[in-house]
Amino acid sequence: MSMTQHAEPAVETPPAPGPKETDGRTARRPLALRLLARPEVGVFLGAAAVYVFFLIAAPPVRDGGSMATVLYQSSTIGIMTLPVALLMIGGEFDLSAGVAVITSALTASMLAYQLTVNVWVGVVAALVVSLAIGFFNGWMVVKTGLPSFLVTLGTFLILQGANLAVTKLVTTNVATDDISNMDGFDQARKVFASSFDIGGVQVKITVFYWLVFAALATWVLLRTKYGNWIFAVGGNKDSARAVGVPVTFTKISLFMLVGLGAWFVGMHQLFTFNTVQSGEGVGIELIYISAAVIGGCLLTGGYGSAIGPVFGAFMFGMVQQGIVYAGWNPDWFKAFLGVMLLGAVLINLWVRQSATRR
Amino acid sequence: MTKNESTTHGAVLPDTPAQDEDAPIVELRGAGKSYGNIRALHGVSLTVHPGKVTCVLGDNGAGKSTLIKIISGLHQHTEGDFLVDGRPVRFSTPREALDKGIATVYQDLAVVPLMPVWRNFFLGSEMTKGPWPLRRLDIETMKKTADAELRNMGIVLDDLEQPIGTLSGGQRQCVAIARAVYFGARVLILDEPTAALGVKQSGVVLKYIAAARDKGLGVIFITHNPHHAYMVGDHFSVLRLGTMELNASRDEVSLDELTNHMAGGAELAALKHELAQVRGVDVDELPEETDLTAPVGTSEGTS
Repeated sequence: MSMTQHAEPAVETPPAPGPKETDGRTARRPLALRLLARPEVGVFLGAAAVYVFFLIAAPPVRDGGSMATVLYQSSTIGIMTLPVALLMIGGEFDLSAGVAVITSALTASMLAYQLTVNVWVGVVAALVVSLAIGFFNGWMVVKTGLPSFLVTLGTFLILQGANLAVTKLVTTNVATDDISNMDGFDQARKVFASSFDIGGVQVKITVFYWLVFAALATWVLLRTKYGNWIFAVGGNKDSARAVGVPVTFTKISLFMLVGLGAWFVGMHQLFTFNTVQSGEGVGIELIYISAAVIGGCLLTGGYGSAIGPVFGAFMFGMVQQGIVYAGWNPDWFKAFLGVMLLGAVLINLWVRQSATRR
Repeated sequence: MTKNESTTHGAVLPDTPAQDEDAPIVELRGAGKSYGNIRALHGVSLTVHPGKVTCVLGDNGAGKSTLIKIISGLHQHTEGDFLVDGRPVRFSTPREALDKGIATVYQDLAVVPLMPVWRNFFLGSEMTKGPWPLRRLDIETMKKTADAELRNMGIVLDDLEQPIGTLSGGQRQCVAIARAVYFGARVLILDEPTAALGVKQSGVVLKYIAAARDKGLGVIFITHNPHHAYMVGDHFSVLRLGTMELNASRDEVSLDELTNHMAGGAELAALKHELAQVRGVDVDELPEETDLTAPVGTSEGTS
């Protein structure tokens, strides 16, 4: 025991950073393997496979107009899948995401109609309500420490019931009144539900929003502090808190981001159909969550991307429309979803294991 | 197995201001913590000086974790005083403690396993560039800095993009220590950094503790291994059932005495007479009560 604290000499000046010294124990993995380890590569291959499959099985898909429909279908799923995926990377779940879309649309529609005001008043009110629902979910999860599955299951049931009950109370009907004659409707429709002509094909504006939001989400996730925090609170929230990451802020804001997405999709639905069916939205939350998981986001948090869920949503839109174009019974859609979900999860698992193995 | 002949290190860096030599950075005076009617910690006094290692030893449930949580800002003390630079403080978040230069490296929650090494290194204190709407992570600088800092501490990694979870336990601890040192920690709290490690890995971590100390940091080294503590420690505090059983500097206590205190020696010695009458219990090797001459903590006097 003669070895005491004097074993180490005074700290020398650090050796000048000479030619790259390496540990040598870890060989750099080949490019192909490193690519496969990316969360979005598996789903990209899957989406490509589904696309090629329907290209062969359903000839109408080859038409540009059908492609625009597929992309439109994908975008309505995809816009919500993005915040749901970010939330999942942040380690939480939101089961209320599907009905929250309807809640938002109902709020805007009924408020504007009943008070006979400009629809934009309803739009802003719906935004406030959606963000408030997100805040409530986040706040409950962070403050109580309960699993977000339970908290948002509660919110889901509350919203599902309230959507129907309040709509019946206000309109004595299960759908809201048509608001297409109201002030500001045309303007709002331009923003939320217009189409563009690209080479003779009508493309819905949501497709552009979807891609822009995806690019934005990718940039935030990989290139900003906030993105770093999302990975950290999902990966290990205690570590994150201990090194000074604002965990409460990050989690609550992620739930509010889902609220923002629900508002946006809700407004799109309202200004596309002029009216809202209050009983819709149930079960859609599982499609968002599946698309995020198929997109390579880890259910337990801390891992994933924003690009993967784009392909995940595309896969869903492709299958949903592809079945129709192939002339099959659309009831098969859900069965296809299940198969794709299991398949994607297994492929992701296998890819990640073989890619991270040394 | 001898008392150490000196208490100073030859390695006081020139960048350590000389006037700070005697002023403790962190000081606890009779501090304690109660959770409801359960008293987890009581009457603990502790000082942390720059360039010195203060070891806190104790068995499971002795109050070590509570002590760390108070100093690192996760919990607040309910009695006594907690001073930083001579001024009383009360932290409500770990961020406040970090801002005062008190960094904690936890045993099991030091890092986020799935994130790359460089992202872990800068987590919570990310470098950014550009004006607000376009403010983004300065990834290149961060990678370069992380690499340089890790090499500075003698840690060479091939690929900073690899998830930190792929590193060994010792390497992860070292990354966490290097991170704390880089971010200007003046006090480094290490929560059982060697507990889950093998012999060689522990040696590596002890080396970095010494390196951090030689950089002029005050180190609080929590452990239940008296051998590890004695290799780097300047001051030793032994906690038992939430109070201080021993509070001694290096020249006042030997490794044997420290080990004895850690093993509940004082209590065993008191039982020696009783145990001697039980057949099959060998008490010859137990020290007599009078052998334990090391000064005891203030709590003994107050209780």
